[in-house]
Amino acid sequence: MFFQQLINGITLGSTYALIALGYTMVYGVLKLINFAHGEIYMFGAFVGMIMVTTFRLSIIPAFIISMLLSSLLGMGIEMIAYRPLRKSTRITALISAIGVSIFLQNLGILIMGPATRPFPRSIRSYYVNLGAIKIDILQIIILIVSIILMVALHLLVKNTKVGKAMRATALDKDAAYLMGINVNRIITITFAIGSALGAAAGVLIGLYFNSVSPLMGSMPGLKGFVAAVLGGIGNIPGAMLGGVILGVIETLGAAYISSAYRDAIAFAVLIIILLVKPSGIMGVNVREKV
Amino acid sequence: MQVLVLVFINIILAISLNLVTGFTGQLSLGHAAFMGIGAYTSAILTLKASIPFLPALLLGGILAAIFGVIIGIPTLRLKGDYLAIATLGFGEILKIIELNLKITGGTVGLRGIRQETNIWVVSVAVVITIFIIYRIMKSRVGRSFIAIREDEVAAEAMGIDTAKYKVLAFAVAAFFAGIAGGLFAHFYRYINPNSFGFSRSIEILSMVVLGGMGKISGSIVGAAVLTAAPELLRSISAYRQLIYGILLVVMMIVRPEGILGDVDVKIPIQRKLEKLLNKNS
Repeated sequence: MFFQQLINGITLGSTYALIALGYTMVYGVLKLINFAHGEIYMFGAFVGMIMVTTFRLSIIPAFIISMLLSSLLGMGIEMIAYRPLRKSTRITALISAIGVSIFLQNLGILIMGPATRPFPRSIRSYYVNLGAIKIDILQIIILIVSIILMVALHLLVKNTKVGKAMRATALDKDAAYLMGINVNRIITITFAIGSALGAAAGVLIGLYFNSVSPLMGSMPGLKGFVAAVLGGIGNIPGAMLGGVILGVIETLGAAYISSAYRDAIAFAVLIIILLVKPSGIMGVNVREKV
Repeated sequence: MQVLVLVFINIILAISLNLVTGFTGQLSLGHAAFMGIGAYTSAILTLKASIPFLPALLLGGILAAIFGVIIGIPTLRLKGDYLAIATLGFGEILKIIELNLKITGGTVGLRGIRQETNIWVVSVAVVITIFIIYRIMKSRVGRSFIAIREDEVAAEAMGIDTAKYKVLAFAVAAFFAGIAGGLFAHFYRYINPNSFGFSRSIEILSMVVLGGMGKISGSIVGAAVLTAAPELLRSISAYRQLIYGILLVVMMIVRPEGILGDVDVKIPIQRKLEKLLNKNS
């Protein structure tokens, strides 16, 4: 029972981690809580579902198309709603992000209807039995895909020129600009990658829970953000760790404490972390100087 | 008339959040939770304990203020985005508790609450709220709030007990939000936890920002515009949330300082009142 729940938690947590990466990357370069990220996740899930049902594609091309279209959406949002606000206060940008989130959610309701739709299970059912534990093949796929994406991101950020430019931009935008980095381009790329990861999480969760709906993004969006804060916002390995920890705590809490308080447990963890170590598990404390 | 009552309730909510976010500079994303505490407390008192409306309303406000202190104290260490997230978390936790408690009626909510709120009651409440917040902002306490917003470290160096004033701002704001919640419950006669979730907090915050932060008149305009706009768009109701979203983005790009901008609108009577009031202080 415990190990079963643990595996469920890790599966859920790895999708939180994918969502958290989008938040943390954007926060890293823009210091903006991108509240529209949950809706990108929703958009990704819908694109995946439509590719599989209407266009009769198999799941792998559907997955890739969903990531590509979502990264376009993310770049579009950044250009229209955030770029003009680069120089204004952070709360203005935050409200703008909330505006985008409300817009996308309602666009989804308008186009797709408010009802929850099934995501056809395009992967053959198969269970791996390990003693008393039964692992769905889908859980293994989710875990593997998440790990591949995270390792790819890690390599990109650590080893490529673009990654180096991203880290420089996150550290100091003005200095990066003076060093000849095209900051606008880097921010666009950041949004594209973050959105693609969010969409990947959307498709995986759509498959896993066999449902997509226009409102599906709001709670996982918040949870992804909680995960990002948990690991230390702006910190990429932190977001991965935070996601998995949150998923495990939430699943175990729902199983052993109370399933009705599932979401409350996630937020309680957030508040405790903020009070004990506001910079998150992997974050570095920054002392305020006058 | 119904819209006007809602506008007035939202004005109280916007002004109270403005005290925390606009004047004291502490971004809160959980303001609706205080409204919820006030709404549930007063509704349960009038519904189940048959307590008269006015004391129930005040008790709702007081309990909300107590929660404001409870939330204010531990989150004092947090700044900016972290504070925002902590308040968001508190708001969601309270909503989930409301969803699961028996006394709050769970997901079904509370129905059959007595109709006590009407246009006169809310008008009086709005006037009292504006008056009290205005007086606070003209006092030593109000100047401390603004000092904290402008530079917390400098404020502390000037001898302002920043911790005390931040908690005070939270408590006062929570009190008025609780009152607004009580008025809301006794107007619609039905409440459920989803009325007091994250989206409501965001709605209140948009009113404050859209009207212009740190201005009482801004909150009034913001609340009026954002409450009336969806009603005016009722004929195209399918698109109204869509337009609301676009409106927020466009306003932030075109006029980030709020509808009123730097203008602090004063009606002639207000000037006379101010003169009168300032004589005494």
